[in-house]
Amino acid sequence: MIQYIFRRLMYTLPLLLGVNILTFFLFFVVNTPNDMARMQLGQKHVTEQAVNKWKVEHGYDLPLFLNTERRSFKQITETVFYQKSIKLFAFEFGVSDSGRDIGADIKQRMWPSLAIALPSLLLGLLVNIFAALMMVLFRHSYLEFWGVVACVVIMSISALFYIIGGQFLFSKLLKLVPISGFGYGIDTLKFLILPIVISVVSGLGSGGRWYRALFIEEVEKDYVVTARAKGLSETQTLFRHVLGNAMIPILTGVVVVLPLLFMGSLIMESFFSIPGLGSYTIDAINRQDFAIVRSMVFLGSVLYVIGLLLTDICYTLVDPRVKLL
Amino acid sequence: MPLGMHLIQGVVSMANSVLSVKGLSVQFQTHSEKVYAVDNISFDIFESETFGLVGESGSGKSISALAVLRLLPRSAQMSGDHVYFKTQDLLTLTETGMCKIRGRRIAMIFQDPMIALNPVKSIGSQIAEVIKIHFNLTAPDIHDRVLTLLRQVEIPSPESRINDYPHQFSGGQLQRIMIAAALAGEPDLLIADEPTTALDVTIQAQILTLLKSIQDKVGMSLWLISHDLALVSTVADRVAVMLKGCIVEVAPTMQLFKQPKHPYTQTLLAALPSFDSCSADTVLTRNILLEVKNIRISYPVRKGIFNRVVSHIKAVDGVSFSIQEGKTLALVGESGCGKTTLGKGLLNLVADVEGQVLWSGKDINGLKGDSLRRMRSNIQIIFQDPYSSMNPRMLVGQIIDEGMRSLHPQLSAKKRQAKVAELLQQVGLPVECAMRYPHEFSGGQRQRICIARALAVQPKLIICDEPTSALDVSVQDKIIVLLKSLQRHYGISYLFITHDLAVVAEMADELAVMYQGKIVESGPVYQVLNDPQQPYTQRLLNAVPKIVWD
Amino acid sequence: MILLISSVSIGVLLRNHDGLKRPLKKIAANKSAMLSMIILLFFLAVGLLDSIHFRAEGQRSSGVISVLDYCAKPLWQHTEKTYSAPFSAYLYSKEYITQDGGDKVWAFPRLQFGGSHLTNPESEKTSDLLSLLMTGLSKGLMLCMAGVGLRGLFVGKKSEQSARRYCPGFVCITISILIVGVAGLMELSMYYHIFGTDKVGEDVFYQTIKSIRTGLVIGSLTTFIMLPLAVIFGILAGFYRGWVDDLIQYIYTTLNSIPSVLLIAASILMVQVYMANHPESFTNLESRADLRLLFLCLILGVTSWTGLCRMLRAETLKLREMGYVQAAKVLGVKPFGILLQHILPNVMHIILIAVVLDFSALVLAEAVLSYINIGVDPSTYSWGNMINGARLEMAREPVVWWPLIAAFVFMFILVLTANLFADAVRDAFDPRRSQYGQ
Repeated sequence: MIQYIFRRLMYTLPLLLGVNILTFFLFFVVNTPNDMARMQLGQKHVTEQAVNKWKVEHGYDLPLFLNTERRSFKQITETVFYQKSIKLFAFEFGVSDSGRDIGADIKQRMWPSLAIALPSLLLGLLVNIFAALMMVLFRHSYLEFWGVVACVVIMSISALFYIIGGQFLFSKLLKLVPISGFGYGIDTLKFLILPIVISVVSGLGSGGRWYRALFIEEVEKDYVVTARAKGLSETQTLFRHVLGNAMIPILTGVVVVLPLLFMGSLIMESFFSIPGLGSYTIDAINRQDFAIVRSMVFLGSVLYVIGLLLTDICYTLVDPRVKLL
Repeated sequence: MPLGMHLIQGVVSMANSVLSVKGLSVQFQTHSEKVYAVDNISFDIFESETFGLVGESGSGKSISALAVLRLLPRSAQMSGDHVYFKTQDLLTLTETGMCKIRGRRIAMIFQDPMIALNPVKSIGSQIAEVIKIHFNLTAPDIHDRVLTLLRQVEIPSPESRINDYPHQFSGGQLQRIMIAAALAGEPDLLIADEPTTALDVTIQAQILTLLKSIQDKVGMSLWLISHDLALVSTVADRVAVMLKGCIVEVAPTMQLFKQPKHPYTQTLLAALPSFDSCSADTVLTRNILLEVKNIRISYPVRKGIFNRVVSHIKAVDGVSFSIQEGKTLALVGESGCGKTTLGKGLLNLVADVEGQVLWSGKDINGLKGDSLRRMRSNIQIIFQDPYSSMNPRMLVGQIIDEGMRSLHPQLSAKKRQAKVAELLQQVGLPVECAMRYPHEFSGGQRQRICIARALAVQPKLIICDEPTSALDVSVQDKIIVLLKSLQRHYGISYLFITHDLAVVAEMADELAVMYQGKIVESGPVYQVLNDPQQPYTQRLLNAVPKIVWD
Repeated sequence: MILLISSVSIGVLLRNHDGLKRPLKKIAANKSAMLSMIILLFFLAVGLLDSIHFRAEGQRSSGVISVLDYCAKPLWQHTEKTYSAPFSAYLYSKEYITQDGGDKVWAFPRLQFGGSHLTNPESEKTSDLLSLLMTGLSKGLMLCMAGVGLRGLFVGKKSEQSARRYCPGFVCITISILIVGVAGLMELSMYYHIFGTDKVGEDVFYQTIKSIRTGLVIGSLTTFIMLPLAVIFGILAGFYRGWVDDLIQYIYTTLNSIPSVLLIAASILMVQVYMANHPESFTNLESRADLRLLFLCLILGVTSWTGLCRMLRAETLKLREMGYVQAAKVLGVKPFGILLQHILPNVMHIILIAVVLDFSALVLAEAVLSYINIGVDPSTYSWGNMINGARLEMAREPVVWWPLIAAFVFMFILVLTANLFADAVRDAFDPRRSQYGQ
């Protein structure tokens, strides 16, 4: 097991290096630091000095890959690539273009993100499974037919509609919950309930449909007939046999996104002004703060890779057929 | 008691009939029409009796068993006069009532134990489940009962294996576990739906013996469903023959075999391959076409941090044989013995083949590129599954034409077209078939098209990888006749890979028996079949179900 | 250019349909599928009309208008001052109006165009609306009759049976209803702003219709970019295994591990920087917007091919062990021939299903991306931009709701029909499902 995890970790290194090089290429080669400086300082009437000053302040004044002015190993370390990209591996995110410490920001902002993303995920999972089970239990009936229709309709509506509509209805008209914002302690719940409900509802369409497909696939397998031939009722078969088997793909699908919950949801957080990583990223995009975007890209891929690893481990725990090699 | 008495008593009184089916029909609604899968069948199964139901695939035999237990898929509709289990009519019983019958009164085992057990639950819990539903027992009692059942079906060291999962058992052991789960409810009737079809010959015999001995001990009735007439004849008291959803004949076993009334039963019996057909006067003095010397094929096993190759699984382990021009060598063995891998190895379809493959004295092993393609027209292959061996998106004409186009590019389109027509006629299909798609044909017809495709490039040797095992008995026979006539006509050699000794007797001149990657015995067919020297060959021969005439 | 690409892609898709009559018949037999297909085709027609540009002097600043603009001239020429509600004859905000007598009144002023033919809107509006609707509907009806008549003439030459098979009655009915409805709407929109006007007085109905093209372009162009990547890489990885497989797997896992929104954001930011620093290449606003749209499709394509690629790889791995692929090898068919003859046609259903399913996802994604300012250019007509703009309007008192609802309704119809159609396609092409059905 430990050997396996170690080997998987070794595999992740080239992956992350690939991500790193790709982002580096995007941010520093396609557009040079000079371009960025001009962008930040305004388009017109920028003097050469101002650009250079900005570059020095933000550490972009070094050569990209090889610093020929330095000796031995500083030739490599004193470069933009080393300073800005390699250091990410040690989770040293550096400072943002506006001068804030990105690492500290991330640490502070990931908890609100988690507070909204985790309940949304778990609640959504429960609701989706319940809806799918109901549809499978009453398959070939009108309930299933209209359930599927409802799912298609729900998934055809833009998530933005749920958010805007929900805010309008519950906050503005009914005044049940605040429109947006975030609080701590008991207040949190008040702010969180609407975004959570909305994300559950907007995910119900595709989630319910997908889980139903998984369940139906299992229901048609031979072991279900065996179970029925043993004298189990339809419902017992569904819960004792089908659910367990269908949970394997569902669980592993969920585990992949588990680490990414820290990243939060972009639109949810920005609509509800929740000070999480999602809104942090959006703000950075709107302010064109490249340092933050770059850090978030790297963080996101690290979390995804961890998710992949967790998925593999999870597989071996829930499915007796899978053995780690 | 003479066997005929059962029938007479059954007509006179219903007292000792366990299951009495009258006028049962099952229909499936497709987009355009209603299809009767089971059409108005009636039969009785008596106490402690073994009732055999025989029919080809698609004849509706499994559907009728599922219908009796009311386990049909929801798209099916069933109707009938009555289905009496003892005194209860199963057609009118409530679903809750049915749950009390299933598993407790009537149990069922299925064809493929590999997929009939829940893969993520331990086998112990799957057997215990039956006991939990139907009996009011404490957990330790249930545990003991499961162990007893496992012992009864002869699973070695059940104490240590009770918590294992299905994938940790072999096919034969899984079928034993299925039987244990079926017996757990102490049923009065056990339905066995093709219980041995998915298993190897030697294991088939063991499972059948087990079923029979348990039936003797417990005294339950057994309803055995199978396509294999010979197998049914060894265990059944009475046999019913099913054709296209109808039962065409029911009779005590002996009577059915000696005086079959219905023409379909007669053709079924006539199609049964038997050992008598092999001739002793095979002359083996012709030129050697292909000689295989000490072939080894192995799959690497990777392990460790760097995924290094730590060992090899030897699929084929030092095999040598030779095939003569215009003759047939049969390669016999059970699943997993490496016979299919060997066949593919000869064609360069698997990597890492060690050893020599001499074609007319020239080593063709490991050829690449153009020299390999030139060799291709000499050796062709026919696969087991006629459904996956043709591209569903191509016309039959294109399929047959494909090889000619790539290996004989000098032929003009017109010539190739004429050749396709000629080939179709030779394999017994109308010429118009060229413009149709594979899915429009039955299994046997598809196998004919595959033969035509192989013949198109004028090979000298055709490797037949279980060409008849996916087909019904009556169709099997026709394909073998076709292959033999083509051999006479073209003088082709066959390497006939199979697990079915009866087919071998009819088809082959020489026989090689393969076991765990090695050839354990070889020689002329007549000699090996009638005087097997090796214990494995003897076991294999003994396991083949033969019709007992007395 | 975009017209060319979309028509080529449709052509490619249609060509692949040949020889697959069974699933096509199945789709044709499915009513909801046919219904959604007709609506989709209608959307497509609008999009195409909007893609054919020509030069018309004195019409607009740039001098280039599309056929759709030409047809719907009143829609974009009738601009009001600011907001007005649907079917309203008045502005949405009060103003000082100089009356005939010269005294000023604080009131809702009349619109310049919307309902301007009425003298007394309060009493006349309902009946006028109804009569306009009726004329519109009857015009549509007449058009339908003409169509049916033409068809009758045309079909009369062919056998009656074939006509019935390919055009079931309800398809005609749907088309007729659609034509009648559209004619009604068009008649109304000539005299009123049926979805109201936005902040600068532009007709919302016009904006919504113009957005159709953006949605379609994003959906189809992205698919067009993603498809070759996914198909070539997926099939090669599955067929050749070994280092090719390792490399391709590495590429798509790497791409996959970057959160796609962030990758899109990063790339769009880069384009913005590039455009900001090279203003000389982008002289007018429209070419800028077009480039950004193109680039967005490119990025979306690059981020979305991995899923299909993985599916195709898995399927190819399965197919290469199939009897017919092995037989083709033994028959001496070259690897390239096997890929083309045996593998590609047998993964076509997966490709088709993925394409249709992705389409609706992309239309929805556009709205979200535009909302976070990494979608299409703010000057491009798109539902995402409309929603984005409408967000602030929801906070106004009284609420300005029509642009939002209009955008959502049109997007909903497009996505819903695409989804329904995708379902039908999947049911018809998925071999497992079709077998089970029989």
